[in-house]
Amino acid sequence: MGEVMLSITQLNKSFDTAGGQVKALHEVDLEVQEGEFITVIGPSGCGKSTLLRIVAGLDTGYSGSVTLEGANIAGPGIDKGFIFQEHRLFPWLTVEKNIASDLPLNRPDIRQKVDELIELVKLNGFEKSYPRELSGGMAQRVAIARALLRNPKILLLDEPFGALDAFTRAHMQTVLLDIWRRNKTTMIFVTHDIDEAVFLGNRVVILEPRPGKIRKIVPVDLPYPRKKTTNSFQEMRLRVLNYFEKVDELELTDGAGI
Amino acid sequence: MSNRAVALGAAHKPGKAAIAGLGLLLPGSVLILWQLLGHYGILSEMLFPTPYTIAQSFVTLARAGDLWSNFRVSAVRALSGFLLGGGLGLLLGILVGLFRRSERLLDPSLQMIRMIPSLAVVPLFILWFGIGEESKVLLIAKGAFFPVYINTFMGIRGTDNKLFEVSSVLGFSRMQQILRLVLPAAVPNIMLGLRLSLGLSWLGLVVAELIASTSGIGYMMSDARQFADTPVVFVGIIVFAAAGLLSDTVVRLIEQRLLRWQDSYQG
Repeated sequence: MGEVMLSITQLNKSFDTAGGQVKALHEVDLEVQEGEFITVIGPSGCGKSTLLRIVAGLDTGYSGSVTLEGANIAGPGIDKGFIFQEHRLFPWLTVEKNIASDLPLNRPDIRQKVDELIELVKLNGFEKSYPRELSGGMAQRVAIARALLRNPKILLLDEPFGALDAFTRAHMQTVLLDIWRRNKTTMIFVTHDIDEAVFLGNRVVILEPRPGKIRKIVPVDLPYPRKKTTNSFQEMRLRVLNYFEKVDELELTDGAGI
Repeated sequence: MSNRAVALGAAHKPGKAAIAGLGLLLPGSVLILWQLLGHYGILSEMLFPTPYTIAQSFVTLARAGDLWSNFRVSAVRALSGFLLGGGLGLLLGILVGLFRRSERLLDPSLQMIRMIPSLAVVPLFILWFGIGEESKVLLIAKGAFFPVYINTFMGIRGTDNKLFEVSSVLGFSRMQQILRLVLPAAVPNIMLGLRLSLGLSWLGLVVAELIASTSGIGYMMSDARQFADTPVVFVGIIVFAAAGLLSDTVVRLIEQRLLRWQDSYQG
């Protein structure tokens, strides 16, 4: 840690819709250190996905500056790994081929890295399975392995566990923290689940909607591995929760678990 | 296919032989009834020769070698027409599917040609190419072209946009996007187009051979009609049916193999 990985200054982004211009992000400033785990939380329409997509290079047409290791984001690429809410695996490729995708699996170094990643995301025995044969959590782990194979400077995760049941989600959070501890990949994780945000992040970025801007950045100084049942965790969770003026803002708009 | 489907099925599903038997039940009964009706003179032997007579005629033709030589001529025609039309359909379908500019350039003209009934161009083809092989192969190719063309186009345009985003995040080049995303995604449609084209190739073959020909199964049939040799006409029909079924089965097996990854209702 220490080096600045991602620097966002005065970021503004609007969308043209049938009803006129909608301001998605308003004067967002954020600096992410190398190896940091940032979680971004906010209700629907606060622009958290837009923020992530801009960093990934998937959305353009913004004002302000976004730099990764000092360089402007030129477009999507393998240095910015992206995990979508759905796994988005290629349905016609097996697990190992999905992870390799455009890289030749018969090259010894690729083969070895793919095998290591399958080990890391605990999918041994499923190398030759097709996506339809996997559960949601397994498929999302394949997607994570696919991104990690390319050694991204930063891994962007857009509500990746949102569609999973509570047990699978808790398991995936542990798996992800495990990966983060081993690889020290910088992570930005978007969620609408406060527990998840506090459990995972070094810092929790709280966004507010219409227009989307940062309300507060809360450092979470709890040691890993965290336990959701401890008092210190619950205190931290309440602190984050208190930053939402109306507590039910989150619950009502997203149905997120409290 | 999962083990649980097999385990579920084993308990109460009938075996493979029983299912095959089910398929034979209807044609089998019809054959027996037909034979009986013909045997007792209720059906005219002239218009409806009994299955036994047809079988005899089949054996005679096969022994003389006529059947095989005619079949070979027909099969070569159908196959070359299919390859020519289907191949062009695939090529142009990909081109038009991938690039909007080529769609503007080519698609309107191709749709126009599609609307011309194949039979309507037969006189023209005969004038241009005579009654030789070219006119027949071209007629078949015209029929075989469109199902592959349209389905390839649709398959390519149906590629999931979300997977396109993935391909750009993974840093695919334009070429890789085509080879690793668009084409694999279009394979189900392409296979459907190929199957339809194959069926139309046999159809086009019959039309071509019945109209003007001096060889082939279709010629054998129209020749037999002139001599009122009804059993031979039936033999021709059976040969066409068998050849059509066989070629469709081959394509279906290839399709199954290519589409193992699909998660669809198995019946």
